[in-house]
Amino acid sequence: MPSRVLSYGTRAPAPALLVGAIYAVAPDQVTNIFEPLSTPADSVYRAALLALAVCAAIFVTVIVLLIYAIVRFRCRPGDDASEPPQIYGSNQIELAWTVLPILIVVVLILVAARTIADVEGYPQPPDALKVTAVGRQWWWEFRYPDLGIVTANELHVPVSESGRRQVTFLTLESADVIHSFWVPQLAGKTDLIPNRVNRMWIEPRQAGTYLGNCAEYCGTQHAKMRLRVIAHPPEEFAGWVASQRSPAAEDPQASAGRDLFLSTSCVNCHAVQGTSAKGTFGPDLTHLMSRETLGSGAAPNNPEKLRAWVRNPQAIKEGCLMPAMQLSDQELDQIVAYLLTLK
Amino acid sequence: MAAREIALTPRTGTLPAAALRLHDLVVTTDHKKLGLMYVGAGLVFFVVAGLLASVMRLQLAAPNNEVVSPQVFNRLFTMHGTTMVFLVGMPIIAGMMNYLVPLMIGARDMAFPRLNAFGFWMFFFGGLLLYFSYLAAPGITGAGSAPNVGWFAYSPLTARAFSRGHSTDYWTLSLLVSGVGSIASAINVIATAVSLRCKGMTMMRLPLFVWLSIVTSFMILLALSPLSAAQIMLLLDRFLGARFFDTQAGGSAVLWQHFFWIFGHPEVYILIIPAFACLSEIIPVFSRKPIFGYPIMVAAVVMIAFISLGVWAHHMFTIGMPSVGNIFFATSTFLVAVPTGIKIFNWLGTMYGGKLRFEPPMLFCIGFLFQFLIAGLTGVMLGMAPFDWQLHDSYFVVAHFHYTLVGAFLFGIFAGIYYWYPKAVGRLLDRRLGIWHFWLLVIGFHLTFDPQHFAGFLGMPRRIYTYEEGRGWEVYNLISSVGVVAQAAGIMLFVVNLVRSYWKGEPAGEDPWDAWTLEWATTSPPPEYNFETLPVVRSSRPLWDLKHPEDPDWKYE
Amino acid sequence: MTKADALNSPVEPAEWRLPSRGVVAVVCLIVTETALFMIFVVAYLFYIGKSLSGPYASEVLETPVIATICLLSSSLTIILAERAFGRANSGGFRLWWAGTILLGAVFLALTAVEWRRLITGPRLTISANLFGTTFYSLVGLHASHVIVGLTLLTLALILFLLGRVRPEHGERLKLISWYWHFVDAVWVVVFTVVYVIGR
Repeated sequence: MPSRVLSYGTRAPAPALLVGAIYAVAPDQVTNIFEPLSTPADSVYRAALLALAVCAAIFVTVIVLLIYAIVRFRCRPGDDASEPPQIYGSNQIELAWTVLPILIVVVLILVAARTIADVEGYPQPPDALKVTAVGRQWWWEFRYPDLGIVTANELHVPVSESGRRQVTFLTLESADVIHSFWVPQLAGKTDLIPNRVNRMWIEPRQAGTYLGNCAEYCGTQHAKMRLRVIAHPPEEFAGWVASQRSPAAEDPQASAGRDLFLSTSCVNCHAVQGTSAKGTFGPDLTHLMSRETLGSGAAPNNPEKLRAWVRNPQAIKEGCLMPAMQLSDQELDQIVAYLLTLK
Repeated sequence: MAAREIALTPRTGTLPAAALRLHDLVVTTDHKKLGLMYVGAGLVFFVVAGLLASVMRLQLAAPNNEVVSPQVFNRLFTMHGTTMVFLVGMPIIAGMMNYLVPLMIGARDMAFPRLNAFGFWMFFFGGLLLYFSYLAAPGITGAGSAPNVGWFAYSPLTARAFSRGHSTDYWTLSLLVSGVGSIASAINVIATAVSLRCKGMTMMRLPLFVWLSIVTSFMILLALSPLSAAQIMLLLDRFLGARFFDTQAGGSAVLWQHFFWIFGHPEVYILIIPAFACLSEIIPVFSRKPIFGYPIMVAAVVMIAFISLGVWAHHMFTIGMPSVGNIFFATSTFLVAVPTGIKIFNWLGTMYGGKLRFEPPMLFCIGFLFQFLIAGLTGVMLGMAPFDWQLHDSYFVVAHFHYTLVGAFLFGIFAGIYYWYPKAVGRLLDRRLGIWHFWLLVIGFHLTFDPQHFAGFLGMPRRIYTYEEGRGWEVYNLISSVGVVAQAAGIMLFVVNLVRSYWKGEPAGEDPWDAWTLEWATTSPPPEYNFETLPVVRSSRPLWDLKHPEDPDWKYE
Repeated sequence: MTKADALNSPVEPAEWRLPSRGVVAVVCLIVTETALFMIFVVAYLFYIGKSLSGPYASEVLETPVIATICLLSSSLTIILAERAFGRANSGGFRLWWAGTILLGAVFLALTAVEWRRLITGPRLTISANLFGTTFYSLVGLHASHVIVGLTLLTLALILFLLGRVRPEHGERLKLISWYWHFVDAVWVVVFTVVYVIGR
């Protein structure tokens, strides 16, 4: 495990990113809040370490006193029945163990205020990538208003490099109940609340896939409302943007499936850019096959699972709001063949 | 040395004895019987809610488990939390306060005995109403069963649109009903402690249990009504189409959170302060010293009560409050830790220099001190708002509040039960079973809840019915589930102990622990009229004065 | 020396007078009811100006002058009734106590008339918008407390007319009057919030 170097409170990007290089922990499936890989998560991490240290010191002190008292003053077999000195209290001692905690509290308040200012007060730079996240039961809609992209469940962002900082600012909204966006290695969580707009920012400094979860109970499938944030090096991100902005594939081989898709109730909920499907209740499917999972992390996105999902989503994500469409096997094959072309 | 007993009119009737006794319990206004009924019913609900939790832990022991469906799981955690807070915690503290306060102040009953009975039955029927939802909530449409919106029922998840059927209505109504009972009990306790004290018992000579009962009751008066108000608003929304929490009409989802937590945070202090009260009586007796710093202990709990009314939005650090709001509530949360810490230090100061006897009541007190310290410290971590942005709604919070509610509250209540059961029943609880109960519970408790802190650090959110492999959560969940076995074993031994000792326990006599407050100056169990003649006192430890006439407390107070 | 004797220490306090339990209980009740009303008041204040559509407060509300005068003067009449009771003046007590009930009933009737006008005219209902929701719930919560108060007052009057109320019950009448004064004080707050601030 590489040693961790703590850097305190500078806003200059270079030392923080140097520290990030020393961390050298790639994002993987284990999302440890003590392995931050993004600037706001770093700020939280430093405040957390201080709180832990203070609490550990208090714990050790009090436990030592407790154990000492238990051992030293326990009733021993040879003891007589006399009562020990009846002490009623001591004002000096009371003062001491009031003043010291108050001092500790003052330090904690100052650190809290500083960290809150660093994270919440961070001004949005003009070149920040802007994303609107809309929480829905039980999936995530991501819109890039400046780029004209609408996608679901996976948030693609560019990595921030030492020479070229790139932050992503998220506007958080909800279409139904309260959700919460939590990708532990990128930032603390912020809620998505209907009729309210919240904002947060992330600045991943390592490429890779960051896992997260919805962190506010939102109904039956709260557990499977999972998050993926994929951070790309800048050129790769530009490539992703380009492919997302391209219109939906029109493969003549899948025309039967496409026609079937467009003429049944699929289009009530789903949209495919460049076709007559403009439903907004469910995820946008224009580039469905570019995503790693189905059902916001409920199953991997491969042909077999896709077929199972379209056949009966309830078997994979019980209680989700997509019904089984009662398609015949042939219809199912056609639709899945079409969907598989939507890369 | 038995007090002379006054003859009571014997109960007669044509019904069999068991039916007569049942009828007696149904119509009684005796604070002792009602107190025991409160505690007994609370313990029954405790076992039920514990079974609900055991099923949850079974489901979560492995990833992608299929012991229960998501719908069932969501009902389990809602019913578990709602039951534990409202149908276990609240009645047990009400029962202990109602039983002990009149005895400790040298009175014959509560100020309003009929109101006492009313409060009990409101709680009892409210509890039945909550569980009736399993049967009745489906209604005509077959939608809905027991409530599944979480114990704090955030809107708009509780709106008609997102919560079909009547499950949420059962949650709301049952808590409204039992809430009225809690308020009735609180009024009664305050009126009793203020108006029925025996001669010589000034406020600063009250046993700390009584002081803390007054503070708890005052907090109930201030905190329960906001919950009732919010619930009335929810009912208006659901039944009359009101718009309180209707975000489509411009309503605020966050408003429910404010109102709920204005209740919810004081509520957890309402639960823990009676456990503090048990500790403040038991630790001195088993250390053979008076409580260290009586006036400071009173001041500290009053400060806790006062400050705790201003910390509620530390449950809401992630809703996007302006920074000044986050800073304010982080500050108030840190501040409430100061008087709380003072209390811990004073208990330690009581033990220091004493002669400690490790009977079961004292064992549970020591468990409380260890676990409450940790609980308080994890609370400080949660109060550090930025840290909370990671920890909120994760298993770290689940670990924290189980540390306070099981590790502290439950241990404190067990201490109290082992201490006062002999007074109520006339027989001691078995000491060996008590020690087994203690250690099994300690082991089980730590196995279950220590790993949950780490699951939280690794990003595991709460209220999920399953999780995928590869997140690193598996081992912590497995250990956590294994701990249930030890806890269940400990609780079973406790139940066995309660039942067996009722008939076969060692006779307790009036004062088995060599204690100093007035409840130990009458028989065990006390007669219906409590004291043959009402006592007159000169200090806060009247029995110490009696046993040590050469060195009475009133010379020093 | 037996335990009982020792407990009954020779040093008895010269005077041992504690507050009456009824007074303490009613004070506690008023505290908890205040907390209840405060939440509805906060909701009302929070939602001022936030309705997405009409009818709006400034358009449809008419200041309930007469109702307010009736309710607030009922606080006076109940004080007069208590004084009469204290002087064993049954006629006076009956007059002023019944007068209190009458004034309270008039207040309720005028509230009902006002609600009927709002519902049938501008169609302001509890579900119309945030204003309707908060208006009817706050004013309605207060009105429900007026009904409870009138019930207590009427019961007391009936018992008095049946000759069951004796001079030593003066404190109980006083406590009922405290509840009534609380209801009136709440109306002052509700009136200010709804008809002054909210418009």
